[in-house]
Amino acid sequence: MQFHFSDEQEQFRMMVRRFFERQCPTSATRKLMDDELGYEPAVWRRMSSELGLAGVALPEQFGGGAFGAVEEAIVAEECGRSLAASPLFASSVLAARCIHKVASSADCERLLPALARGDRTAALALSEPNAEPSLSGITCTLTVDQDARLSGRKHAVIDGANADVIVVVARLAGSTGDAGITLVEVDPGATGVTVSVQQPLDPTRKLAAIEFRDVQARVLGEPGEAASGLRRALNQALIALSSEMVGGASRLFEDTLEYTKLRMQFGRTIASFQAIKHRMSELLLSVELAKSAAYFAAEACAADDPDLNYYASLAKAAASDAYMLAATEAVQLHGGIGFTWDADVHLWFKRAKSSEVLLGDASWHRERMILNLPAEVSARRAGQAE
Amino acid sequence: MTQESSASLSDIAAQAGAWLDGNWDPELGLVEWRNKLVDSGWGMPEWPAQWYGRDFGAAEVRTVEQEFARRGVVGVARAGIRLLAAATLLEHGSEEQKQQFLRRILTGEDTWCQLFSEPGSGSDLAGSTTRAERDGDHWSVNGQKVWTTSAQHAHWGLLVARTDWEVPKHKGLSYFIIDMKQNGIDVQPLKQMNGHASFNQVFLTNALVRSEHLVGAVGDGWKVAMTTLSHERRRADGVRSGYADIGLQVEKSGRIFDEERDELATVMEPYSWYPQRAGRVDLAAPRAIESGRIEEPAVRQELARLLTMSASAEWTARRARAAQRLGKAQGPEGSLGKLAASHVARQASRVHTLIAGSDALFAGPQSVEDGIIAEILLSTPAVSIAGGTDEIQRNIIAERVLGMPKEARVDGGPFRDVPRNPTN
Repeated sequence: MQFHFSDEQEQFRMMVRRFFERQCPTSATRKLMDDELGYEPAVWRRMSSELGLAGVALPEQFGGGAFGAVEEAIVAEECGRSLAASPLFASSVLAARCIHKVASSADCERLLPALARGDRTAALALSEPNAEPSLSGITCTLTVDQDARLSGRKHAVIDGANADVIVVVARLAGSTGDAGITLVEVDPGATGVTVSVQQPLDPTRKLAAIEFRDVQARVLGEPGEAASGLRRALNQALIALSSEMVGGASRLFEDTLEYTKLRMQFGRTIASFQAIKHRMSELLLSVELAKSAAYFAAEACAADDPDLNYYASLAKAAASDAYMLAATEAVQLHGGIGFTWDADVHLWFKRAKSSEVLLGDASWHRERMILNLPAEVSARRAGQAE
Repeated sequence: MTQESSASLSDIAAQAGAWLDGNWDPELGLVEWRNKLVDSGWGMPEWPAQWYGRDFGAAEVRTVEQEFARRGVVGVARAGIRLLAAATLLEHGSEEQKQQFLRRILTGEDTWCQLFSEPGSGSDLAGSTTRAERDGDHWSVNGQKVWTTSAQHAHWGLLVARTDWEVPKHKGLSYFIIDMKQNGIDVQPLKQMNGHASFNQVFLTNALVRSEHLVGAVGDGWKVAMTTLSHERRRADGVRSGYADIGLQVEKSGRIFDEERDELATVMEPYSWYPQRAGRVDLAAPRAIESGRIEEPAVRQELARLLTMSASAEWTARRARAAQRLGKAQGPEGSLGKLAASHVARQASRVHTLIAGSDALFAGPQSVEDGIIAEILLSTPAVSIAGGTDEIQRNIIAERVLGMPKEARVDGGPFRDVPRNPTN
């Protein structure tokens, strides 16, 4: 573990940050909130071709940019900071990586290069209504005879209404638990697929419900064998999401700090009140601790740490709580203006709320930590430790 | 690391190793051996060459420490506040003071205590009302100090006292070295809410300070005290990693080790509850599992919260150290450790209570973990007070890290006119 970024990584961060500052100001984000597609295709093309970000989660072999887990975390953090709208999370971080970790190399060859170039986008249909965000809770059913047929309902599929290809997490008929989990590819235009746009609480993340009625599907990888590959992919997505969240939390913190130094009441800036100073110090602590957890998880991922389930969940739990704290404090410390539509605070507030719930909330991940306690945490140490 | 510097580090390792191989003998007396260390410059290589050191930087010092650890060699005395005293004297002391005190600090012959806090001035150190007045070729000191560790053993005290009441509070203080073994000083143990008495109250009644034991100039007390406190903070933040671990593997028998053990037992006795004060996070998951309480949803949630907080705090501290090591600008992460420790301790106390259930009703050796759990529950409140309260930490973070405006001062005029606590 390095516990710091290299000079090259810092330069990369600044390049990405400057790009987003120029291309994705909140005025643009606000326009895209009402847009069905939800992102600017021209900006996505530049993100893909100039910065290579669409291939962020993929190896060079499949057209990726040979970024490491730490670089991916940097990109995600800067996305969260700027609220840049793009298919990056849904298509590259979630769907493309799940394909990569599960599908045969022939299928990877067929699907991934176009995703890595940003020419096509994919969506991952994972979450189901009334189900916890674990693979064992999956009910969408696949029957495999001469061909594979998929039935079931998914919801909250990010960018699900606009993707060129949908990859669905399903289970073989009659299976339970991890056994039987299968990843399939579905053409959104296929017979039996009904895609309906869902109004999102966070208008910067487009969501769709998708119903499959005996739909022809193409199995990626071995039928029933996808669980461990998906878990690896989802751990990495969790870490990227946590990084995105600490980026957003940092931005909220900085904007709020600046506002308290400008806002005058009772003849002084509100930053001069101890009640405000103490809250800002506590908020800084929460945000910095969550940042450290996200950074550590990214490094643990890069090092292929055997306890990644634990560290990914720790990062997501910390990021969920810190981001929501930053969001509620930001609204509160902005006062009345913070509750208005015109102020930008609510853009991040809504992103904090959707991120809090996405891929499992803080309580769910704390439970997952306990199910995956590393040996050095669960065993007594020799001698007395402080 | 460049070729050149690693080559010179291996030279240093060879030199230190050769000296140790030629001189180290576990049958020597502790003071006898430490005098050799002091004369050789290998005992405290980070100090100036003129004063028993070698002007070494951090990397060189680590190299020397490894040579000591590899052989299980006893080093100079470090425990207690002796090195804070030494750092203060190296920066502000007169030649005579350095001559008189530095060697005996390192040999362990003299023990020190710190007379800063008072019943009426805790967070507000500059509000000290202990007075020092000139009396011929002495200073005469009257007042009361508190939270003084090891005052009952100490030979010398670092004393901050007021010498001028007509100027603003920070300008009227002076810094002294006071002989603790005299009639004008009465040391009484101060019993804490957890039953330990790790600290003392020190009553000074016409206690005498020799005029050559003023450190710095009259009125420089605040500045000199800041040097002491900055070293205290650095020591609290820093780690001497790897040293003790390696040493443990070496068989430690011989006269010198017996003497060292006696010394440490005395010096460390007040600190026996400090691991419990920090919350004993290491015990939380093992106890939850062994007791079966891990099956309780509330225990699982609160335990995971604790583990998240504690690990994130540790990683934040390591980010700060990495930045420091690389000479990068210090980010906010460096100022957060103290505040994070308070949160961790409080959450640990909550988790230990949840796990213990009704066992948390009991204390003492017959209770769970030989009373360790009870000691955690009654010791963690100290973390958010000792060494700077959480409230002061939040002010420091807000003002120095976040650049928020300082509090308006109402204590700026002559100290005589500043409202303060009644004294008896």
